[in-house]
Amino acid sequence: MKRLARAVLALVTLRMLRRGGHKHAPPAEPPPEAEDPRAELTSDPARELAAAVLALGGAAGALAFVAAYLLSGDTQLLGLAAGAACVLLGVGMIVLSAGLAGQDRAVEERPLPQPEVPAAGELVTAPADAITRKKLLAGAAGIAGASIGAALIVPAASLGPAPALGRSPWADGRQLVDENGEPVMADAIETGSFLTAYPRGADRDILGSPVVVVRIDPAMLNPPPDRRDWSVQGILAFSKICTHAGCAVAMLRYPLYRPTEPGPALVCPCHYSTFDVTRAGEVLFGPAGRSLPQLPLRRRSDGGLEAAGPMSDAVGPAQGRVDW
Amino acid sequence: MRRASLAATALLVALALAPAPAVADDASAGHALFVERCSTCHGSDGRGVDGRGPSLIGAGAMAAHFYLSTGRMPLQSPDIEPVRSTPSFTDAQIRELVAYIASLGGPPIPQVNPGAGSYTEGRDLFSLNCAGCHQISGAGGVVTGGTVPSLDESTPTQIAEAVRIGPYLMPRFGEDQIDQHELDSIANYVVATTRHPDDAGGLALGHLGPIPEGMVAWFVAMGALLVAARLTGKRAS
Repeated sequence: MKRLARAVLALVTLRMLRRGGHKHAPPAEPPPEAEDPRAELTSDPARELAAAVLALGGAAGALAFVAAYLLSGDTQLLGLAAGAACVLLGVGMIVLSAGLAGQDRAVEERPLPQPEVPAAGELVTAPADAITRKKLLAGAAGIAGASIGAALIVPAASLGPAPALGRSPWADGRQLVDENGEPVMADAIETGSFLTAYPRGADRDILGSPVVVVRIDPAMLNPPPDRRDWSVQGILAFSKICTHAGCAVAMLRYPLYRPTEPGPALVCPCHYSTFDVTRAGEVLFGPAGRSLPQLPLRRRSDGGLEAAGPMSDAVGPAQGRVDW
Repeated sequence: MRRASLAATALLVALALAPAPAVADDASAGHALFVERCSTCHGSDGRGVDGRGPSLIGAGAMAAHFYLSTGRMPLQSPDIEPVRSTPSFTDAQIRELVAYIASLGGPPIPQVNPGAGSYTEGRDLFSLNCAGCHQISGAGGVVTGGTVPSLDESTPTQIAEAVRIGPYLMPRFGEDQIDQHELDSIANYVVATTRHPDDAGGLALGHLGPIPEGMVAWFVAMGALLVAARLTGKRAS
C-alpha cells in the first residue's frame, strides 16, 4: 500500500515538474544548419541492406512456419517460426523507419514565400545504386509479404474435415490397456476407484481413444434396459472427453456411504458437467448437452477387459447430434 | 447371525492375539467411549444404523484414525458433509477408539514415509490422480455435491489413509493403482507443496492458479495503468 502511495506521489511530482518545465522553456534556439533530408534517405546503404536482410529473414521464418505446419505440426515449432518471422520483419521495419524519420529535434525556419520548390525530377533522379537498393528492399518486402501471407493462409487447411476427429478406434474385441500399455485387469480395479484406459495398439491422441474405467458397487447400478450387460462386476467405461467442451473428465465422486451422500458420478473439472455413472452417463448437472458416450465391456478369459462393441455415441464436444 | 459370530470370533482372535494387554485395555475403554459418543449412528456394536451411519466392521484402524484425527467424526448430523476441524477427542481417546474399531477387523493405519518418495514422481502422480479435485497446489475446491478439502494440514499418515479409504466422495486408490513408493512420493509432494509453497511472485492469491492471477493482472494492473496514464497525460485544450 505504501509503495503504491509512493508511486502515485512520484507520478504527481513528475506531472508538476513537466508542467513547470513547459512554463520555463527557454526560447527556441536558432536552427542548426539544416541538412538535406534526402541525403539521409538516399545515402544509407548499410541501413537498407540490413532492412532487406531482416525482411528476407522474416520471409524465411514464415516459410519455416509453412514447412513446420505441413511436416510436423508441433505447435512449439509453429510458434517459434511465426514469432521469428514477425520479429525479424518488425525489426527490419524499425531499422528502415529509423532512417526515414530523423531522431534529432530541430526547428526549421521556413522562409515565406518559399523561394523555389525542387523540381520533381530532382527527387526521382537518384544515384543508380540507390535504385538497386530500393529494388532489393522492395523485393525483400515483397518476398516477406508473400511468405507471411502463405503462413497465414496455409493453416486454413486445419478448418477442413479432420479425418482423425470423431473416429473412435473402439470396436468389438479391442482390449483395454492402461497408460503404460499394460492390460487392465478386472480384478485389480477396486470398488470406488477409477483409471484411464486406451485401446490396445491404437493411436492414443485420437479424441475417441481414452476411456475412464470406473468400478462401483453393482447394487448401485441402474442402467437402461439395453445397457444391462454393458458392465462387468460393476466396472463401466465411458469416454474421457467431456461432451461439453472436450476437457478430460478427470474427477470421480464415489460415496463411501450412499444413504447420506450423493451418488457416484464422473465430473469434468472445467465446467463441472456431472455424468451419472450408474445410469448410462446421463447429465446430472452442468452445461453438457448430452450423455457421456459409454463403451460396452466384456471380461476376457485371461481376466482382462475388452470392448463388447463400439462407443455408444460420437465422442467429444458437439452441439446436438453430429453424425461422423 | 453368521456374520455376527464371525465378527465375534474375529474379535476374540484379535483379543487373544493382542501382544500387550494395553491394546485390549484400550479397546475396551474405546468401546465404552464408542457407545457413549458414536453409537447413535454406528450402533452400540459398530454395525451401523440404517440410513444414519455405515457399519464399521472391516473399516479398521485406518478409517477410524483418519476420521477421528482430522476431526471429521463425530458428525453433528448424519446428512452433512464431514469437514476437517479440531478433533473432538484427546489423543488418548482417539487411540482407544481406534483400538476398539481395529478390533472389529479391517486394515491397519498405513505406513508412509515421505522421505523415501520422490518429489517429481509425486508431482506427476498428484497431477494425474488428485489435482482434478484438489488442485495442483493442494488448495482444494469443489466437486458437484461436495467440497474438496485443502491439504494444508494433512499429515502424511492422513494423506495415505485418504488415498486408501476414499473418504466421503473421494474415489479410493488401491495398491494396484498407487503402490507404496508412489504413495510416499505423493505424500512428499503434498507436504512440500502445501507447507513450503514456491511463491516466487509474492502474493499467492490462494494458490488458485492462472485464472485468478490473470483477473488480478487485468483489474489491478490495468487500473494502475489507467491512473498512471491519467496522471502523466496532458488534456488537449
